[in-house]
Amino acid sequence: MEYFLQQALNGLQLGFVYALIALGYTMVYGIVRLINFAHGDVFMVGSFLAFYAIDRFHLPLTAVFGVAVGGCALLAVAIERVAYRPLRNAPKIAALITAIGVSLFLEYFTALHQVFGPNYYAFPRPFRVVTWEVGGIVFTNIQAIILAVTFACLLVLQFIVYRTRVGRGMRAVSYDKVTSGLMGVNVDAVISFTFGLGAALAGVGGVLYGIAYPQINTFMGIMPGLKAFTAAVLGGIGSIPGALLGALIMGQSETMAAAYLSSTYRDGIAFLLLIGVLLWKPTGILGKSSQEKV
Amino acid sequence: MILEVAGVGKRFGGIRALDGVDFRLDRGELVGIIGPNGSGKTTLFNVITGIYRPDQGAVTMEGEDLSALPPHAIARRGIARTFQNIRLFRELTVTDNVRIAHHPRIRYGPAAALLRTDLFHREERRTLEQAEEFLAIFSLQGRRKEPAKNLPYGDQRKLEIARALAARPKLLLLDEPAAGMNPSEVGKLMEFLSFIRERFSLTVLLIEHRMRLVMGICERVIVMDFGQVIARGLPAEIRNDPRVIEAYLGQGARDKD
Amino acid sequence: MKGKGGKKTFPGNLSRVFLPFLGITGAFLLLDRYGVVNPYWIQIFQLACVVAISGMGLNVIYGYTGLFSLGHAAFYGVGAYTAALLMKTYVAAYGGGAFLPMQAAFFCCLLAGGLTAALLGVLVGLPVLRLTSDYLGIATLGFGVIMKVVFDNADSVLPQLGGARGMTGIARMTSIPWVVLGLAATTAVVRNLVDSTFGRALLAIREDEIAASAMGIDTFRYKVIGFTVGCGFAGLAGGLYAHLYTFLHPSNFDFSKSIDVLMIVVLGGMGNMTGTLFASFCWIFLLEGLRVLLPPEYLEFRWVMIPVLLIVTMLLRPQGLLGLRELPFLRSGASR
Repeated sequence: MEYFLQQALNGLQLGFVYALIALGYTMVYGIVRLINFAHGDVFMVGSFLAFYAIDRFHLPLTAVFGVAVGGCALLAVAIERVAYRPLRNAPKIAALITAIGVSLFLEYFTALHQVFGPNYYAFPRPFRVVTWEVGGIVFTNIQAIILAVTFACLLVLQFIVYRTRVGRGMRAVSYDKVTSGLMGVNVDAVISFTFGLGAALAGVGGVLYGIAYPQINTFMGIMPGLKAFTAAVLGGIGSIPGALLGALIMGQSETMAAAYLSSTYRDGIAFLLLIGVLLWKPTGILGKSSQEKV
Repeated sequence: MILEVAGVGKRFGGIRALDGVDFRLDRGELVGIIGPNGSGKTTLFNVITGIYRPDQGAVTMEGEDLSALPPHAIARRGIARTFQNIRLFRELTVTDNVRIAHHPRIRYGPAAALLRTDLFHREERRTLEQAEEFLAIFSLQGRRKEPAKNLPYGDQRKLEIARALAARPKLLLLDEPAAGMNPSEVGKLMEFLSFIRERFSLTVLLIEHRMRLVMGICERVIVMDFGQVIARGLPAEIRNDPRVIEAYLGQGARDKD
Repeated sequence: MKGKGGKKTFPGNLSRVFLPFLGITGAFLLLDRYGVVNPYWIQIFQLACVVAISGMGLNVIYGYTGLFSLGHAAFYGVGAYTAALLMKTYVAAYGGGAFLPMQAAFFCCLLAGGLTAALLGVLVGLPVLRLTSDYLGIATLGFGVIMKVVFDNADSVLPQLGGARGMTGIARMTSIPWVVLGLAATTAVVRNLVDSTFGRALLAIREDEIAASAMGIDTFRYKVIGFTVGCGFAGLAGGLYAHLYTFLHPSNFDFSKSIDVLMIVVLGGMGNMTGTLFASFCWIFLLEGLRVLLPPEYLEFRWVMIPVLLIVTMLLRPQGLLGLRELPFLRSGASR
């Protein structure tokens, strides 16, 4: 039982990091219907920015978050401007292939010796790790920080989406791009903002991931990216609570598969679950079912 | 009687899109359905053609219950349709759009296609010739090699009707065939519909907003509102029916012709 | 009215596809024989043919039928492991080919690989093809990841498969005639399938599924057929791949390999056979050509340049390099 609870806690930690990445996927998909394959790599860049901020410049933790968030947001806005925007009216697949191209570019470009380098790097812990034991279960302050930071991000996100002008724009554009443009919403600005906001959350995720799993590499974004996107689909793409729910399920299933079966089955279980859910409810757990208009 | 719609109901969430719709079509009739926007006309077409399954009631064609059949099986029993928002195979050529309608009647199998047997060539030639005949009826033969998306709007509507006719239906459902046409085009369409009905001995059920067209060629008219049939009869009777006038005026819509 | 190719029946019709390929085979065999081209490039040529077969398969699935599959490499892998396992077992049991000549046995193993992949295509397709567009993509992606896990752990059931350590000891059976024959057969089948009522049904589904069903096409059935045929070609290509490099590793069949094939199909132009052939060869020769051209210390720049080329191509030609233009012998008889 203690083992189970301990694993559940680990799964929660992983799930929260996935959630931060999944939110970016779900918002971008909700607004431009694009699987932004480069998002996982933006997350990776966030980790590396944090790595340099801590390792080279010894910045305090808040500044580290600031650097990662700002850097990722700028990067994503630039990617959208250069690579995606010209293709907004092209066939969907062209944008998707471009997203894959951007993803490969970010991975291999940053792997050059002149940029981040091709090796695994040890992510320095910016604070001393403290552990507490409650009833046989070990908690760490890393988990506490992940929990607190993710909750704070969710609250801020909730506020932006439902309480601000630009958030209203986001909801309008995701509902109907053309009409919201006619109603005076600056569609380009809203899309840029959405990419930036999603990337900022991925940047936070990158820092937390580095702290929790301190081995970083320029290809580290692929699997978490795929899983986070899958989590977003699992929960119902376009839905913010759905992304959180999906990510928590992904985190748990992966951790439990590794704990009770074998770590080699870890990647399989989550996707098996995804296929099962899609067959049962094709739009995801919290997704709205939509019937094509005939 | 070719088609019977008996007590058909369909809900979407809390909305009753169709509510106890009843009517019959006799062989060779040309019947119009009118009603304000959102009154359930297109939903009714979607139920008849199997895109939606009715929650209540049944649709029967020549005595066979269609309500549980998938769309392609219903099409193969002799119902063809056009769509309100034109659904052509946009990237395919005009000829191929029509040739696809022959698919259920092709007599060669995959092996014949792979080995290019004589049967394959005969069948392909036959469908091609037939497709070109249909295109000629609609004066579209000059554009047969162009992708369908390149046609002007009016020609796209025509091509969609040609495609439906090429399926050799017994019953043709037309969803707003005159949408977007100017009065002289509507006049031509009316002549044309009478012509193809004779030529292919069709039963036609059409949804239309243009009163001139409905009153001009339909033998009977069914009026729908809020998913129900509120009136039915000869065009002249419908024109003066107070319920019909109320349904239209109550909604603020007016005859556009 | 009809192109010349459209009217020919069985042997004559196929010869239009096979003759060019026979010419290529002869040329490469001669080049190989007299040592004009070094063996490394001969191997790259064979790899390009193998990739083109797999690409043709995905072109049927995605280019013609419009089914977004991100798990193509899984079927490629299933074909590779199946063919390799059967061939290895056969060699172990009969050595130099007492029962069947080696080449005949190899042919059977390739077929078995293709059929196994096709069968798996049906089993996966039946549930998964009820999903549409991106959801189908994600489900097939998930299936691809699951199959990678299966390959990684396959040695716990069948030790010969090697699991995560990789499968070794596969006979080197793939040769120029085999890959060219495989590619010619694939091209002929795809061309004759596409230019028939069955191909038009697939295209109709890609264009508008609801309209296709209203024209009497059993859309679900044809989606399964299109998917299965495409998976079968992936399996065939996998068998050839296994006996070309004689070593299989699960990472040869992961998500990124599915993406490679997808890029080939899209770059060539969706629903265009010539485009897929062209893009497969460009892709493989570009990758390998850069390996030769770039000085070793700049080798990593390969993967920086290729995505940039990819992005630029998509920005300039979103419809693919060739659009809808086909080589004469691949053009359909009547419709274009």
